[in-house]
Amino acid sequence: MATHDHDHHDEHGSELSETQLRVRALETILTEKGYVDPAALDAIVENYETKVGPRNGAVIVAKAWTDPAFRQALLSDATKAVATLGHVSRVGDHLVAVENTPQRHNMIVCTLCSCYPWEVLGLPPIWYKSAPYRSRAVKDPRGVLADFGVTLPKETEVRVWDSTAETRFLVLPMRPAGTEGWSEERLADLVTRDSMVGTGLARKPGEIAQ
Amino acid sequence: MNSVHDMGGMDGFGKVEVERNEPPFHSRWEGRVLAMQRAMGYAGAWHIDHSRFAQEQLPPQVYLAASYYQRWELAMEHNLLQRGYIAPEELAAGHALRPAKPLDRKLTLDAVPGSMMRSSFFRQQQGPARFKPGDRVRTRNMNPLTHTRLPRYARDKLGVVELIHGCHAYPDSVATDRGDDPQWLYTVVFEGREIWGADADPTLKISIDAFEPYLESA
Repeated sequence: MATHDHDHHDEHGSELSETQLRVRALETILTEKGYVDPAALDAIVENYETKVGPRNGAVIVAKAWTDPAFRQALLSDATKAVATLGHVSRVGDHLVAVENTPQRHNMIVCTLCSCYPWEVLGLPPIWYKSAPYRSRAVKDPRGVLADFGVTLPKETEVRVWDSTAETRFLVLPMRPAGTEGWSEERLADLVTRDSMVGTGLARKPGEIAQ
Repeated sequence: MNSVHDMGGMDGFGKVEVERNEPPFHSRWEGRVLAMQRAMGYAGAWHIDHSRFAQEQLPPQVYLAASYYQRWELAMEHNLLQRGYIAPEELAAGHALRPAKPLDRKLTLDAVPGSMMRSSFFRQQQGPARFKPGDRVRTRNMNPLTHTRLPRYARDKLGVVELIHGCHAYPDSVATDRGDDPQWLYTVVFEGREIWGADADPTLKISIDAFEPYLESA
């Protein structure tokens, strides 16, 4: 990816230390002024490192694949539908699920910043926040898909959702063939982060360790 | 404002490259920036649209050279200074030198779990929705010097209202401290050819979420 997004590389060591010092100074100032509590900051970081991730979304997708009533509820009001799942944390308002079909493939982007459904997918990966993705997804989505090794049939409609407001989108990928009778938990292992952004497809049964 | 943050349709940035097994944060400071931003937002110091507007005001060469969390950090400094939460000499000294400005509330450890859920952007409607799903609309040709969520590529384009998301706080107003000014929000879908011309992929459809002031009947 573009090197400007890669300030953690050793060759950018001086830049990195400048940023590190700047952030450390800022935290000192905000703590001394009583604006932030370092223990609360630790807890937020820990949440994103250990608790919030694409497994949340995968569980939702697997449920939609096995439960037609839930699928319908998810497509009509995703926030409300997710709240009915005891084992997934509630998500805030404005979550919208969009369904892939043989006729239509959905892809999510935020061209203006990097809006992403954090609550169901965790923190966005660097490529999602990068200029190549933000610039090309709306103009050449099939080219972007090719970068991910995905080729769609020529006649499939490609629908790109630009997240320009506080609405957040989750792609409901197509359920792979050969998974009849699978449990929700097993199905969730097929649901990748990229398949829920629309830059990938769900894994096929042969693509995961049995 | 028309700056480099509005990237939709720009050419020349190259391929999308994926980092395998990417960690949540690449350096410790990235997590600290995210957490400080979250804490100041919880405290009511500024809104997310102020953060976005501050990033958009970075000089284009700075915006493009900075990483995602570096941009967050620069935007946070901007809002802290502009809103009087810190003074330039404090930033230079790396320590607090002046009395604090009062906050609405403080993000304490016990409040963190509750702060992980996104806040709602629904607001009380000020009038009936002007459009309904299926309506043909044209986006306005507008070029404000301040924050807007109507991307350049989608201005003055014919589309169809597909979804109505209720009445939301209006970023163009919030970012410039003019209050929520609640507006109806719609998903508007465009044919790829309407946006990119006759050569565009005929299977492409693009949607944006558009606030009612961005739209006219067509």
